[in-house]
Amino acid sequence: MELAEKSVFHHKVTEVLGVNAKDAKLSITFLVVSFTALLIGGILGLLQGLNRAGLFELPAWFDYYQTLTAHGILLLLVFTTTFAVGYFYAALSHTLGGLLPKVRKMGWIAFGSMVVGVVFVATTIIAGEASVMFTFYPPMQASPWFYIGLVFLVVGIWIAAFGAFINVAHWRKNHKGQHIPLLAFFATGVFVMLVFGSIGVAVEVLTLIPWAFGWKETINVMLSRTLFWSFGHTLVNIWYLTAISAWYVAVPKIIGGKGFSDGLTRLVVILLVILNIPGGFHHQIVDPGITESWKFIHVFMSLSIGFPSLMTAFAMFAVFERTGRRKGGKGLLGWFKKLPWGDVRFLAPFIAMAAFIPGGAGGIAQTNNQLNQVVHNSLWVVGHFHLTVGVTVALTFFGIAYWLIPYLSKREFTPQINRLGIIQTILWTVGMLFMSGSMHAVGLLGSPRRTSYTTYGGHQTALGWDPYLIFLAIGGTLLIVAVLLMVYIAVYLMFFAPKGKTEFPIAEQEADAFPAPKWTERWGLIIVLLIAIVAMGYVVPIFELLGVPGSPPFRTW
Amino acid sequence: MKLHRAEEIWLVVGVGIIILAMVFTGYQAFAHGMAPPSGMETLDPQKVDETAPFDNPGIFEIGENAYEVVMTLEAFRFNPNEIEIPAGSEVHFTMTSKDVVHGIQVIGTNINAMVTPGHVQRISQTFDTPGEYLVICNEYCGVGHQMMAMTIIVK
Repeated sequence: MELAEKSVFHHKVTEVLGVNAKDAKLSITFLVVSFTALLIGGILGLLQGLNRAGLFELPAWFDYYQTLTAHGILLLLVFTTTFAVGYFYAALSHTLGGLLPKVRKMGWIAFGSMVVGVVFVATTIIAGEASVMFTFYPPMQASPWFYIGLVFLVVGIWIAAFGAFINVAHWRKNHKGQHIPLLAFFATGVFVMLVFGSIGVAVEVLTLIPWAFGWKETINVMLSRTLFWSFGHTLVNIWYLTAISAWYVAVPKIIGGKGFSDGLTRLVVILLVILNIPGGFHHQIVDPGITESWKFIHVFMSLSIGFPSLMTAFAMFAVFERTGRRKGGKGLLGWFKKLPWGDVRFLAPFIAMAAFIPGGAGGIAQTNNQLNQVVHNSLWVVGHFHLTVGVTVALTFFGIAYWLIPYLSKREFTPQINRLGIIQTILWTVGMLFMSGSMHAVGLLGSPRRTSYTTYGGHQTALGWDPYLIFLAIGGTLLIVAVLLMVYIAVYLMFFAPKGKTEFPIAEQEADAFPAPKWTERWGLIIVLLIAIVAMGYVVPIFELLGVPGSPPFRTW
Repeated sequence: MKLHRAEEIWLVVGVGIIILAMVFTGYQAFAHGMAPPSGMETLDPQKVDETAPFDNPGIFEIGENAYEVVMTLEAFRFNPNEIEIPAGSEVHFTMTSKDVVHGIQVIGTNINAMVTPGHVQRISQTFDTPGEYLVICNEYCGVGHQMMAMTIIVK
């Protein structure tokens, strides 16, 4: 009884005051780091694009490969994870009636750990001690402090994840028999994936550190690579799951509609969590040390991730169609015109979804053995993830920022900022189309990724790539303008917009939506399934790699 | 769990496409021998120069119009770094790395493989069209990565 009263009281407090100020501060701090990473990472991206097109020479004290390593780590690790933590902590605070004081403290410790990690990583890269890319494949050996920085980053993520678990468990204890709110369910899924997905890379980094200090002579190259990729692709799907949480929960509300189906949404989350980790294997299709049969089994394991995405595609367009028809849209496609195209909070995530159609199709193509071999390590792959991560994920994150930041800072999302946001979204989309499009095309012609400008001694074939690379540079230039605009918008919404109240949009479910079955709340079972599938994918191939002779360190930069 | 009827149809079509992709991939891999390069033999990466066949890299005629190319990759060169073969030759590459991870790609062909220290990687290709093929390293291997290239001349 007392507990029930307490939670009602808590609910009222949030109703009246909006977000808890202490929780808001934590989330805003994460978002400040996130947008700072976007700014610096974006500038480095431009420098690379210009270099790759042969228009600009990077100085020897900060060369192409240092730039690329920093660009990758800042955008792939820092921008995305700090955004996800800031967003989901705000979501937990909003939907579960505030963060527990203990959890808020864990959030700050996580933040501290991640900042220390970023400082170590950035310092070693700038000092030229770690030009090893964000994949840091051994036996290329960075400074041990680079790997230690990665440990701090991962530990920070784990602390944030366990904070979220504690908050969710607490809520469930006090709300027996209820389903946890959908957005908190997404948060749980994302943090489960973060923890289990990063176990492999944590084991890898812990073996790299004694080797980097020179206490251990050799390292097992293929084993490290395999452990890295067990994390690598999971990370991608962590961003993706973060992005679709807003598609399922916020976007229907923004367009004045309702959620498609609570049960189906939860099933999508569970499938993504369970099926994900073996998906990374398709990065190793042309590697030695893994048998042809295992590679074939992994094609299936990787492709299975397509299934929940297909469900998402259906659900999203179902929401759009129903909402458009309710607003009076007639005929086969009349509903399409009724959608709020002038609202950037809808436009940005919509373009993000649309980009996932070619992005996802490209992913399915690359997962298949022989198609993968055609494009492996070419610029096609870079084009693919600038389409998926750069558009689908980043544009959704921007779409979230337009309402999340003013909600947290208790300010208003003004019509002027909406207009600026639309310009930003268009610039970003066109920039990415140029860049990703030319990367896809030139990649098919064989142009490699992670390579600074070169004509391979004036070889005719390589010279034929040059015209495409110019489009890459044009795209990069548009993108940096979009980055500057976005950072301006974020800072304005954080500190300068007029005071007011912005809603945290959470859609109700359709009346005919299927309710979630009880078993969707059984995370113990979900995790057992996850571990079983990871074991199915990895036990035998890893066992085969264990006896391979190790490599001494090399520093080739 | 119940699904909407239209969604069921959509998912059946979607899963059908995925299964079709699988069937094609499997058929090509196992019935046509187009499986991706998956060398399983190992060697000590510190003793490449003393281990056969890498103690003697080069191009060897192993049959009529068939050649074996024994090749070592190291930062930042291929060894041998130029190969000349007659058109129509079937070439079997046997490769390993002497230092870091490299990638080999022969532009305009299906040769694309990772070459990692500790493993022997193998891949084959028939070169029918005469020309000068650019061969590059497509995995970042250090500061001279963009210079790591060679040519295959098919006459």
